[in-house]
Amino acid sequence: MAVKMFASISIGSSETEMKIFEFSPRKGMKEIDCINTRLNLGLDVFKMNRISTKNIDELCLVLNEFKRIMEGYRVEDYKVCATSAFRESKNILVLQDYIEKQTGLSIEVLANSEQRFLDYKAIASVTAEFETIIQNATAIVDIGGSSMQISLFDKDKLITTQNIRIGNVTTKEKLAPYEKSRTHFETMVTELLNHELAGFNKLYQKDRQIKNLIVVGGNLIELMKRFQKANKKITSVSKEQFLEVYGKVINLNADELAAGFDISTEKAPIIGPSAIYCKCLMENFGVETVWLPGFSLNDGLAYDYAEKKRYIKCSHSFEEDIIAAARSISKRYKCSQAHIRNLEGIALQVFDRMKKVHGLSERDRLLLQISVILHNCGKFISLEDVSECAYNIIMATEIIGLSHTEREMIAYTVKFNTSAFPDYDDFDTGTSIGSNDYLRIAKLTAILRLVNALDRTHKQKCSEVTVVLKEHELKITAATHEDLTLEAGTFREKADFFESVFHVQPVFRQKKTF
Amino acid sequence: MAGTFDKPEYFINRECSWLGFNERVLSEARDKSLPLLERLKFLSITASNLDEFFMIRVASLKDMVHAKYTKRDIAGMTPQEQLDVIGKRAHELVHQQYVTYNRSLLPALRQNGFELVTEHEALTEKQKEYADRYFEENVYPVLTPMAMDSSRPFPLIRNKTLNIGALISKKGEKGKAEFATVQVPSVLPRIIQLPDSEDGHKCGILLEEMIERNIDKLFLNYDVVCAHPYRIMRNADLSIDEDEAADLLKEIQKQLKKRQWGEVIRLEIEEKMEPKLLKTLRKELNVKEEDVYKISGPLDLTFLMKLYGLEGMDEYRYKPYHPQPVPGMNDEEDIFTQIRRKDILLHHPYMTFDPVVQFVKQAAVDPNVLAIKQTLYRVSGHSPIVAALAQAAENGKQVSVLVELKARFDEENNIIWAQMLEKAGCHVIYGLHGLKTHSKITLVVRREEDGIRRYVHLGTGNYNDSTAKLYTDCGILTCSEPIGEDATAVFNMLSGYSEPKSWNRLALAPIWLRDRFTRLIEREKQHALEGKPARIIAKMNSLCDKEIIESLYEASAAGVKIDLIIRGICCLKVGIPNVSENITVRSIVGTFLEHARIFYFMNGGDEEFYMASADWMPRNLDKRVEIMFPVEAPDIREEVRHILDIQLADNMKAHILQPDGSYEKIDRRGKVLLNCHDYFCEEAERRAWHAENPVQSRVFVPMENPGKN
Repeated sequence: MAVKMFASISIGSSETEMKIFEFSPRKGMKEIDCINTRLNLGLDVFKMNRISTKNIDELCLVLNEFKRIMEGYRVEDYKVCATSAFRESKNILVLQDYIEKQTGLSIEVLANSEQRFLDYKAIASVTAEFETIIQNATAIVDIGGSSMQISLFDKDKLITTQNIRIGNVTTKEKLAPYEKSRTHFETMVTELLNHELAGFNKLYQKDRQIKNLIVVGGNLIELMKRFQKANKKITSVSKEQFLEVYGKVINLNADELAAGFDISTEKAPIIGPSAIYCKCLMENFGVETVWLPGFSLNDGLAYDYAEKKRYIKCSHSFEEDIIAAARSISKRYKCSQAHIRNLEGIALQVFDRMKKVHGLSERDRLLLQISVILHNCGKFISLEDVSECAYNIIMATEIIGLSHTEREMIAYTVKFNTSAFPDYDDFDTGTSIGSNDYLRIAKLTAILRLVNALDRTHKQKCSEVTVVLKEHELKITAATHEDLTLEAGTFREKADFFESVFHVQPVFRQKKTF
Repeated sequence: MAGTFDKPEYFINRECSWLGFNERVLSEARDKSLPLLERLKFLSITASNLDEFFMIRVASLKDMVHAKYTKRDIAGMTPQEQLDVIGKRAHELVHQQYVTYNRSLLPALRQNGFELVTEHEALTEKQKEYADRYFEENVYPVLTPMAMDSSRPFPLIRNKTLNIGALISKKGEKGKAEFATVQVPSVLPRIIQLPDSEDGHKCGILLEEMIERNIDKLFLNYDVVCAHPYRIMRNADLSIDEDEAADLLKEIQKQLKKRQWGEVIRLEIEEKMEPKLLKTLRKELNVKEEDVYKISGPLDLTFLMKLYGLEGMDEYRYKPYHPQPVPGMNDEEDIFTQIRRKDILLHHPYMTFDPVVQFVKQAAVDPNVLAIKQTLYRVSGHSPIVAALAQAAENGKQVSVLVELKARFDEENNIIWAQMLEKAGCHVIYGLHGLKTHSKITLVVRREEDGIRRYVHLGTGNYNDSTAKLYTDCGILTCSEPIGEDATAVFNMLSGYSEPKSWNRLALAPIWLRDRFTRLIEREKQHALEGKPARIIAKMNSLCDKEIIESLYEASAAGVKIDLIIRGICCLKVGIPNVSENITVRSIVGTFLEHARIFYFMNGGDEEFYMASADWMPRNLDKRVEIMFPVEAPDIREEVRHILDIQLADNMKAHILQPDGSYEKIDRRGKVLLNCHDYFCEEAERRAWHAENPVQSRVFVPMENPGKN
């Protein structure tokens, strides 16, 4: 493979940044250029729910300039992603269209969970260092302008990720009128965050000590420059070191901070709140080491791109992270794990055998697996209205790594597992599901329904199942001595929908071997 | 300790120090060991230097006095006190200039076969005839005599022009004299060669002398009572309010027109001018007595530079020096291959500036080059670099050029080619608000087999191929990755984007450089306090930053040995007990204009060498974009050490600063003479010769397969 050039642009709530990357077999992924400009879109949205015309035009100017630079480097491909400012702006559709027409760049608006997943990928891109850190309980906190995201790892598995609506820009905006002194400001911010964290602790942290805190964003790294080591991409700061710097910083105003720590004057004002959050999280979690990777969303975008294009090899499985996150949700809602494991195996077999027929992608396979994992969560709330409850739970839970549409597809798949599948014309309005996604949902639902029938009794009677596709027949054979009457009965009911979707008739056989 | 190093008596006023520098240049004109025309050239330089000094420095002090600004300078002087001292010393300097001219240079010219006719009455018949015909044909048509009377106000006299003032009276109306003036046209040569004299001498006459001879022809119905040359200097300090100006470009163009109208700050007149004529001039131009300079000789000695270029007098000039090829470089390979092999040091003008031009030229046509970025400050009129940049843009490369429009006196020139570059498709940035971009950096981004590689030129001097023959400057060509990354970040910042998270190697003014210098000096002080050997060698054009000087005093008091090589202004005093006893200052004034900035810090044995575009002046450290870069390649470090060693060993062109603030030449008795300019010239020639003529040896050297790396 020759050297490939790639540009990633992220439109954040306080800054817009472009990075140029080079992928090569010898050097892997390498940052070539980083161009960053302050553009406070987040504040517009915070104040008036939309991005101002002035800032949109400013953004177009910047993007056109980025495009010129991109062409200068002759990049082969690019990605432009926008985050919370766009997500939360009321005029998003018009805006996006306008900017795309003005610049000729297509913009992808990332869901919070996608964005965080990319941030996480950026960190994980430094594989060796990252794998060592997450051997111990680790939290990743991403401090943004209007919110922060906390993701929890245990034994190198992602447990949960939660968004807390407190960010360093909005905090400053909100609290500034009440601020009496620097220490008073510190107290207010701490109280606010502690309150939010109390809920988080109860649900997820429990009595675990989280020794490592990886802090992304918030410009904290600027404060800790002196701890940077040439051979490490992630700077580590011990609790004592952190508190020492914190003590020096907390009573400085932005100008003093900028002068004393050689921080640009535009970044200095938001570093104060970031430091307070960090200290607060450290106290709550029992953190011993703070890790500061100097990465941005753009690193994640590039890494994600390169991984998908197979320009770089990656030992960490990010799909496993998504699956682990889904499993921890299903555990929280007391789903039967044995039942799920049993169905996952069969569902994926069916998916793989049917590949030529359904024409779905590897990503859809992942969605199917997650649908299986979550298909029963509605029961936690109501045994009667399972499908609607499951739909609502999934729609209200962030699953890291999935886009909003993908999550919605899973929610529908699970919902239609037990409720009637509507025609496209009768499909819910007010969703982002288009005809293409509708078809994917139909196919995933058909598979989920079919395999769900095979464990009707939740006793995992069909543990050894073989699946064979022969012309218009899908033969599913279960090797067991158990009584499968109930399963076979349900199977026939569900088979009709399957057949109507795929034009393949599922046939269930029991094979009793002696 | 703090506070003990900032007493006003520890500092020299910068204007006084500058006048001292011009005196050192004048001393070259007085040096009889120099060829005659070289001496004329130095005298001419002192004259143009003094003009600029008046227009910028004196003018701004006058502005301060008008604005009733009384803040004291580094040496504790108010603006008025400074003006008083400057006035006295400037009069003395002018006096010295004309003593040199009249007693030394004019007779020497005559002796050597060139007669400058100072009074037209002394012309031979043949010459008179020639002069009059020349006047009729060439001069008369472009003259515009102007008279002043009740209906015609006093005319506008343009800045820096030479004029002839006259008192005239209507024919037959004796006693009622009127004022009239005529500008000596600047479109004609100031010095006109005449037919050789009878004894075979070459002859010349000054244009104003020729006009005076024919002045009757300008005022036909009048009697000319008297006629004398005069010249004025106006306040020309160009200060642009950048926040107000919507369009910087337009503002500068406007300022250029306005410049001629400023207040008159100096009036030069011929010594024997009629008092009545002088009175009129002083009254109409509003000039104080102390600002009148009575001159015993031709006004505006810059014409001597023309005399320097006189044909056929080669024996009175230095043989022209041809910058030598850079050792280790060749014409066969492309410049990028050569830079990849090793970093290259350029030492101008001993070594040719060509590699820098080639760097941009080759980048412009190299298919693998993606982008060229450059800062341009003062560029020569027909710069090959500007042409190459335009070509690169036409070849589809991304070309970004930061053009500094605020370069003093060069604005008009800069605007023209900046617009030309823009037309060619370059991305032109017309300077930064509130900052002058003084750094000299070029970045070439090249796409190579194993990825993007960045080539960088960093220098101490402007990208000007003409001045590179006269100014001593240093530069490096490198493709070091950390420097390349920094260079990219520099241009991103210059384009208005955020600063990088951190810098690898470069230090930039106005944000980081001052701190960096202070820390480096401070570190040396610490080493001295710990009893380790500590030393600083710093070479620059000017030193007048108070903070830096105080740091140097502190370091010196702690025992750091400090050697400064400062051509121009130096506000630091040497030999103050317990303050600056460990500091020496030398100023090298010679054939070439010393311009490189080099900094050496011993650092407890782990030596560091830097070069920069900045002097230790507040304007460089606080108001400009400047770059300091480290010298890292071991062989280049040794080269740079050698340059400093030779400059410190110079005993011909070096003037040593004395505790009383004066400069004295070194007592050379019993010493081997060393002129660093000559030394470097010879060395460069020797090295170039060796490179072309490798030592003959009886061992054959097999050539390697050229395809192999």
